[in-house]
Amino acid sequence: MAETLTHTQTEPRPSGWQGIAADWSSDQRAFKNVSWGKAMMWIFLLSDTFIFGCFLLSYMTARISTRVPWPNPSEVFALRIGGSDIPLILIAIMTFVLISSSGTMAMAVNFGYRRDRRKTAILMLLTAALGATFVGMQAFEWTKLITEGVRPWGNPWGAAQFGSTFFMITGFHGTHVTIGVIFLIIVARKVWRGDFDTGRRGFFTSRTGRYENVEIMGLYWHFVDLVWVFIFAFFYLW
Amino acid sequence: MAEATANGLGQHALHAAHEAPAAVAHADAHQEHPIKLYLVVWAWLFILSTCSYLVDYFGLHGYLRWSLILIFMILKAGLIVAVFMHMAWERLALAYAIILPPILVLVFVTMMVLEADYTLFTRLTFFGSGP
Repeated sequence: MAETLTHTQTEPRPSGWQGIAADWSSDQRAFKNVSWGKAMMWIFLLSDTFIFGCFLLSYMTARISTRVPWPNPSEVFALRIGGSDIPLILIAIMTFVLISSSGTMAMAVNFGYRRDRRKTAILMLLTAALGATFVGMQAFEWTKLITEGVRPWGNPWGAAQFGSTFFMITGFHGTHVTIGVIFLIIVARKVWRGDFDTGRRGFFTSRTGRYENVEIMGLYWHFVDLVWVFIFAFFYLW
Repeated sequence: MAEATANGLGQHALHAAHEAPAAVAHADAHQEHPIKLYLVVWAWLFILSTCSYLVDYFGLHGYLRWSLILIFMILKAGLIVAVFMHMAWERLALAYAIILPPILVLVFVTMMVLEADYTLFTRLTFFGSGP
C-alpha cells in the first residue's frame, strides 16, 4: 500500500519549512517516505515520552517540596568492592550494558537491510541477552535496597518519597526492558527463520513482515536506552 | 556480507530501472549507513557515560555538577535519537512532529517547580523546618 503511494510521486518533494507545510497539507498522508508501522511506533514512543516525563516530573515535585533531606543516591547505590565503597558503580555498569545493547541493536538493523539473516539474528539475540542482564542487575539492586529497608512509604535515610519514586520509575523502565527482550527474541526468531524473505505470515497479525520490522523493533529498544539516559541523569546523578 | 550488499544493490538497481524517483524514496526509507558510523557513536556514548559517572565519582557539587549532568545527558540523548533512531535522515515533517511536543514538557516543568516551591514554602511556614 505504501508502495503505490510513493510511486505516484513525480518530482522530488520540497525540503525545510516548505517541506513540512507541503507534507502536512498534502491531503494524503503526512509522513511521506515512512511506512505506517514506523510512524505508529514513533507516535507510541512520543506518548511513552509523556508517561516517563510525568513520572520524572512527579519525582522532581516530591523532591523539591519535601522538608526532609533527600537520601544521597551516590551513597545509597554504592557497592562495597574490595573493602571500599565505590559510588554508583552498579548503576554505571547497568548504563554501559544498556548502551552496548543499543549499539548491537543498531548494527542488527544495519545487517537486516543488507539481508544478512544470520548476523541480524545473532546481534538481536545479543541485544536481548544484554537487556536481560540489565533486568537481572536491576533485580539485584531492588533486592539489595529492600533488604536495607527501602519501602514505597519510607526508608532509613531521609525523605519517604524516595522509595515510591524509585520503585515507580525504575520498575516501569524495567518493565519496558523486559517487554523489549521478549519482542527482540520473537523478531530474531522470525529473521533467523527467514520470514521476511519468504513472506511467511505472522501468527498473531496474519500479515507478512519486512526487514523494516527490525528497524521498528530497534526504535523501541533505543527509546528504552534513551529513557535510561534521563533516569540516570535525574534520579541517580542529580 | 559482500554478497548480501551486492544483492541489496542489485535490488535497488532493479527498482531504479522501473521508476527512478520511487527508488530514491525507497533508499531513503531503508536507512542504510556505514557500520563505522554506529561504532563511532557507540564509542562517544561510552565516553559521555563515563564523563557523567565521573561527575559523581569526583563528587562535584552545585551548578557545575548540574550543568555537566545536563550537558552529557542532552548530548547522549541527541546521539541516540539522531543516529541510532535515524531521525537525522527522516523528513522534517516527522522529525518536528515527534521532537517538538516533548519540548512542551518544559512548560510543565516550570509549572511544577513553581508549585513545588510554594508547597515547600507553606510546609516550612506551618510545620517548621524539621520533620
